[in-house]
Amino acid sequence: MNILVCVKRVPAPGARINITSDGQQVDTAFLGFTVSPHEECAVEQAVQLVEKHGGEVTVLTLGPPEAQEQLRTAVSTGAAKAVLVPIDISDYDAQRTAQAIATVIEELEVANGKYDLILFGNESADSCGYQVGIRTALKLGRPIVNGAKGLETENGVATVRRESDAGVEIYILKMPACIGVKEGINLPRYPTMKGRLASKKVEISQSTATGEVGGLKLITLRRPPERASNTKILGNGPEAAPAVVDLLEELGVFK
Amino acid sequence: MTVLAVVEHDRGTITPASFGVLTAARDLAKQMGAKFEALTIGANADGLSEVVSKYGATTIHQAHNSALTDFGPEAWGESIAQLVRKISPSVVIGSGTERGHEIIAQAAARLDLPAAMNCFEFDKEFNGTQPLKVVRARWGGSLMEESQIDAPIKLVTLANHIVEGVEEPASSTVAVLEVELDDSVKQTFVQDRVERVAGVTLATSPVVVSGGRGVGSAEAFAPLEELAGLLNGVVGCSRAVTNNGWRNHTDQVGQTGTRIAPDIYIACGISGAIQHWVGAMASKNILAINIDAQANIVTKAGYAVIGDLHVVVPAISAEIRKRHAK
Repeated sequence: MNILVCVKRVPAPGARINITSDGQQVDTAFLGFTVSPHEECAVEQAVQLVEKHGGEVTVLTLGPPEAQEQLRTAVSTGAAKAVLVPIDISDYDAQRTAQAIATVIEELEVANGKYDLILFGNESADSCGYQVGIRTALKLGRPIVNGAKGLETENGVATVRRESDAGVEIYILKMPACIGVKEGINLPRYPTMKGRLASKKVEISQSTATGEVGGLKLITLRRPPERASNTKILGNGPEAAPAVVDLLEELGVFK
Repeated sequence: MTVLAVVEHDRGTITPASFGVLTAARDLAKQMGAKFEALTIGANADGLSEVVSKYGATTIHQAHNSALTDFGPEAWGESIAQLVRKISPSVVIGSGTERGHEIIAQAAARLDLPAAMNCFEFDKEFNGTQPLKVVRARWGGSLMEESQIDAPIKLVTLANHIVEGVEEPASSTVAVLEVELDDSVKQTFVQDRVERVAGVTLATSPVVVSGGRGVGSAEAFAPLEELAGLLNGVVGCSRAVTNNGWRNHTDQVGQTGTRIAPDIYIACGISGAIQHWVGAMASKNILAINIDAQANIVTKAGYAVIGDLHVVVPAISAEIRKRHAK
């Protein structure tokens, strides 16, 4: 079974996200980068499926040349191949990204055959667009469901478990299929020593990005207004307990 | 000109997010001098027309197809796309929920149109003829993005908990839309379900007692469980906790976990990284219990106790027992 996982390089923010003076992007001068969390879980899920059923995992990213760092991270945790679609900005809009990715996937499949599964993150941590996987799947003519919190494959079908307010929903997709994965589906593993060595040696193939600019255009980024931070300190240590219970009573918790 | 609201429902039961969507769509239509119409998907939602008309939709489109008996993201997206092709609305608003994002993205992909998710503001000057400027959430709401949708038909989802549902009844007519669905979209319907057992969940509980890295271990959550029990609440946690395997991801509050809006959020040993904060910031009251008075969550919370959660939490439980004889 061959699985392709599409990942995005995103900044790893701490307690505050700062914006560049032109308002066009997150100021990453003091930030590290990571694989967007849902996609980190997608890589892990793909590796687990391949460990069970055989085959290999390929990881793909559209991003700046530095995004090869995230591809190598994926290889260090079990992906076998890596494809970089380099662009000269940090990201494309969703429509353009989907067009570029779908084109590259079609090329890869001409050479290697169809991927049984193509996994995406439910949404990227930074732009939160919720749509690249869906647009790509439609261009490839494959079914997709988002929000996967469980994914198993057997006899050519993928069974997806996802959570809703009403409980758990089960979807059954004939492969080849696309799935949008959510964090919580698994606990991603740490790189092994063998994985680290493989990630240094892996040859990252490059494909050219295509696609036209889409219709959603960024004007500016800004930080939301800070919440008034006049915290009322109820006390120090266990002596604060009566004040806490006073507050809870005041808020009507015991009614 | 028309503004179309897509009504989210689960097998005929309208979801709370839909009331905000109907209200926002009506307000935008008024501003534009446009018609306000709504769409329900599946014959099992026909009964919703009554409640939808209370929000002032003048035409309620009912998408019908014998396959539309449960949720299916591709079939729902295709239904929206077919109605959009038929009536060419200026704006289509869906709910800012997992399903809402998914079906609007499906519709956008099928129509090859842009889509802006999690919008919380629409341009007050918008009259339907120019690009639509929106403010939408990035980073789960910790950054705001002003952008513009440059397309003849604007597809958006409305961020959840932003607009409160306000009724404003109008007389409405029903228009049935017979949707054509080919086999390719029929396979992604829900095939089976495990119904949730009745009771409060992390997303709906009015009291949430949450623990972070400072709790230290899975076992050390016991006092938090106890306090949550005394308050008829539930226990939540931060991403550090799930990453350490101390609790299941279903308990995680945050950008990639559950967004909550309880009456009170008690955050124990949580530093309050931005990804956690965006999941908890809609709480009506926040009490932080932390040894570090400078912790991000302490500076943002309405109330704080400075101290070790391992002694403060049991002391609170003891005080509650004393006063309320539990």
